[in-house]
Amino acid sequence: MEAIRVDKLSKLFYLGSTRHDSLRDTLMDFFRRDAAKAERELWALKDVEFTVNQGETLGIVGKNGAGKSTLLKILSRITKPTSGTVTIHGRIGSLLEVGTGFHNELTGRENIFLSGAVLGMSRVEIARKFDEIVAFSEIEKFLDTPVKHYSTGMYMRLAFAVAAHLEPEVLIVDEVLAVGDAAFQRKCLNKMKDVSQTGRTVLFVSHDMSAITRICGRAIALRNGRMVLEGPAPEVVRDYLNSDVGISAEHDFTKDHVETGSEVAVLRRIRVVDSEGRTSGSHDIRRKIGLEATFEVRESGQILSPTFSVTSANRSTVFTVIDLDPEWRHRPREKGVYVSTVWIPENFMAEGTFFANFSLNTYLPSMRNHFAANETVNFDVIDSVEGDTARGDYAGRMEGAIRPILGWTTVFDPNR
Amino acid sequence: MSEAKLSTTTVIKPHGSALNLELGDVWAYRELLLFLIWRDVKIRYKQTAIGVFWALLQPALTTVVFAVIFSQVGKFSEGEVPYVIYVLSGLLIWLFIFNAISFSSNSLLVNVNLITKVFFPRLILPVAAVFAGLIDIAIGFVLLLLAMLYYGVTPAGTAVFAPLFILLAVVLTMSLGSLFAALNVRFRDVKFGLPFFLQIWMFASPIFYPSEILPEKVRSLLLMNPLSSILNGFRASLLGQPIQWNEVGVGVAIVVFVMFLSIWVFKKMEDSFADLI
Repeated sequence: MEAIRVDKLSKLFYLGSTRHDSLRDTLMDFFRRDAAKAERELWALKDVEFTVNQGETLGIVGKNGAGKSTLLKILSRITKPTSGTVTIHGRIGSLLEVGTGFHNELTGRENIFLSGAVLGMSRVEIARKFDEIVAFSEIEKFLDTPVKHYSTGMYMRLAFAVAAHLEPEVLIVDEVLAVGDAAFQRKCLNKMKDVSQTGRTVLFVSHDMSAITRICGRAIALRNGRMVLEGPAPEVVRDYLNSDVGISAEHDFTKDHVETGSEVAVLRRIRVVDSEGRTSGSHDIRRKIGLEATFEVRESGQILSPTFSVTSANRSTVFTVIDLDPEWRHRPREKGVYVSTVWIPENFMAEGTFFANFSLNTYLPSMRNHFAANETVNFDVIDSVEGDTARGDYAGRMEGAIRPILGWTTVFDPNR
Repeated sequence: MSEAKLSTTTVIKPHGSALNLELGDVWAYRELLLFLIWRDVKIRYKQTAIGVFWALLQPALTTVVFAVIFSQVGKFSEGEVPYVIYVLSGLLIWLFIFNAISFSSNSLLVNVNLITKVFFPRLILPVAAVFAGLIDIAIGFVLLLLAMLYYGVTPAGTAVFAPLFILLAVVLTMSLGSLFAALNVRFRDVKFGLPFFLQIWMFASPIFYPSEILPEKVRSLLLMNPLSSILNGFRASLLGQPIQWNEVGVGVAIVVFVMFLSIWVFKKMEDSFADLI
């Protein structure tokens, strides 16, 4: 039986007219309606069509700005489509972030009820599952402490515990799993798998290709608002990865049709640079590599921590690095444009293709992610066979994501 | 969507009908509304040193200031009702309206994280903010009763009508709060215009002065201000003066009109909140 039918779904955005209009702008627009408007139009989704059967788990893949989030927001009834219809049979629950409805000033106990209600649970339902939620979250001792005193890990566990006990017939999940440590992510993934095996219909968006293949039966891929691939998840993931290597060492986010950012800050550009500061997608292993992010702070007064992570071609994370520069670490940022660069030292990365992921977070007074741009730029590292790199005189295949030159010591005892 | 209904079918289409106000949706989400009211009450005075005493201090101090000024300057403290009682009964309703409209007009902006991440009828956000403000009325009432006790003024039998005028004030506040909340998402002009509007409104309402002191021409103009009918009716019922029912009728008509206008504007703009905010 069909649970979701998406029919010729399209969503149009008007660029530049989305934020902070004043009355004057609107009046001005009214008088020059026909001028300039056409070029500011962008289709975040265009004629997307698919169906999902009851009990099926559908994965949705695509780059940043491909239309995944817009699609989920329409399905979750947060925003309306410009044209087309969606028919959903069954009670809908959507998890577009961890901790929806949480309030920092309220205690863990209070937040369980509040977040549960916001996610669509009734008071009776929450009361019935309360003990289960608390047990799952492992925060019993801090139940009556305001969540602003929680560590990030505790906060995430509690938030996910509430979300995990939501029992809709149709579940819509956006990259909630992208946060937290590996153990927590595994716990979330297992829970997701359990959910999909209880006959519920699940829509799942993720950048994590292995999660998509593990959890989803079928998948679709979006590119520039259009559906470009559809089929069994492993095939879609394979085709998607093969077709998507065209991403470059620089990504200009101001040209995307959806802003990557929050009201605090927006991302402008990410690029990979060489030691001279030139954009480069190919790096000698003996030279340092710079990962550079340009972002605009729109609301002053927040402490911001730029964070880069590097993932390998098979999507496993090589490392994550947080900006600890003492000058900025605890200093509230003024409005303006910032360029943050982190330098990967020479003789550190192994040979191969890597993706750079950038996110901007606030950790104090409480954890908040302003935006994340995953796998939008990549770069190659090339090892030489001239003998002065970690490979020495060996010219064959070397395993590992990093290839450092490390110090060795030798103890020699000829009398043994 | 409180209990699992297997046969629920949701159809998502570009635009809802402008005539369907979907108030049933608000009713379906009444539990969430209660939770949001509870949250707003809980966090309202958090991180303030004197907490809920603000709700007491605001009317008390304002009354003292006006009592001192107007008993010297203005000569309308003479009536049979002590001026303090007069001002306090007016401030009770005005401070509720002032605070509730200020909170509810911001309710959509401060709940961005809810609006962009989960579905519910958006109307419950400004409505919850207004309900949370009822705490001001409750506290103000205690203050008023204490003052009446002190001045030896006993509530009249007509006081049974007083809740009617409070209800009118609540409906008017919800309507204007929702209207400004919706406009605030699109036009940041509201941030500057609203305090100005509230100030003018305060002086154009018989809060600190009895409407009788105004010239006849201005008084008929005052009839267009529903708050004027509400205040006059509230005081008359509480203090046992004759209630001008024809004036009340005009007030009710205007409140109902403002209510439908506000809901209509809100529903028209609601679809674009998540995209604009």
